[in-house]
Amino acid sequence: MDQLTIAGRTFDSRLMVGTGKFSSNQAMVDAMVHSGSEIVTVALRRVDIDNPQDSLLSHIDRDRFLLLPNTSGARDAEEAVRLARLARAAGCEPWVKLEVTPDPYYLLPDPIETLKAAEMLVKEGFVVLPYMPADPVLAKHLEEAGTATVMPLGAPIGTNKGVRTRDHIAIIIEQANVPVVVDAGLGAPSHAAEAMEMGADAVLVNTALADTGDPAAMARAFRKGVEAGREAFLAGLGQQRQKAEASSPLTGFLRKD
Amino acid sequence: MQINVNGKSKEVIDDLSVSALINSLNLQADQVVVELNRSILTSEQFSTAQLTAGDSLEIVQFVGGG
Repeated sequence: MDQLTIAGRTFDSRLMVGTGKFSSNQAMVDAMVHSGSEIVTVALRRVDIDNPQDSLLSHIDRDRFLLLPNTSGARDAEEAVRLARLARAAGCEPWVKLEVTPDPYYLLPDPIETLKAAEMLVKEGFVVLPYMPADPVLAKHLEEAGTATVMPLGAPIGTNKGVRTRDHIAIIIEQANVPVVVDAGLGAPSHAAEAMEMGADAVLVNTALADTGDPAAMARAFRKGVEAGREAFLAGLGQQRQKAEASSPLTGFLRKD
Repeated sequence: MQINVNGKSKEVIDDLSVSALINSLNLQADQVVVELNRSILTSEQFSTAQLTAGDSLEIVQFVGGG
């Protein structure tokens, strides 16, 4: 069975899902369940003490899904480390999606602060899954720092643009010794299939599942897209050619002359 | 006494414990994480940690995110 292994733990699903932006808790649960996912991301925010909301955790089956807290909101390494420690104190497994995004307009990950935070968190015993720009050199630094995966973006968070960083992701996949998870910007199942056909080990999707009118159906579609891409990659894709290559022999034609 | 909770000033009774504060805010202890003066508290410390005037608390919880 073709399983995904991260930090010594195996998973059948290569589709990770986020829990943000859903129109309701039911929509979020539908997406999670129909995606077949085993890893879901969550964020940490201040409780609104004047209007406390029902906890997200009551809607997530912890026996079925591994909770992967992210450090979204962090603008530098110090804030990211603080968030990771808070998540761990909540009783989570010490897995963290490291996310350091100082600019709120494009939400691009800060490469320098991400590497700094990764080094600190690895030392503190976290299993670090770093969200990063599709930079092959940075991917190597993160791997050397001991992160469990590298997670290059396909396109900025929430843009649904697909694998815009394709060429650099291809280099990362070629050179990585840890699982490569294409995270952010994937807007369609075909995008997820594309990433998997390239040899990515997994993908992470959130907005595409929340943005649709039917999260359960979209989650099923993404699941199929990931499985299709992976199966094609393992089978071995045909090469691209310039010149036509006929499907049937160019002899034995029934012709008038 | 005055304390600071999630960036807002709050007037509370003296000798308030963290768990009593959490209950008074209609929150559940197993659903929040608390930082008292930049130190993260374990859940056991919720009932033993006594608040004093000028204390600064951050009470956070999990929300949806990608």
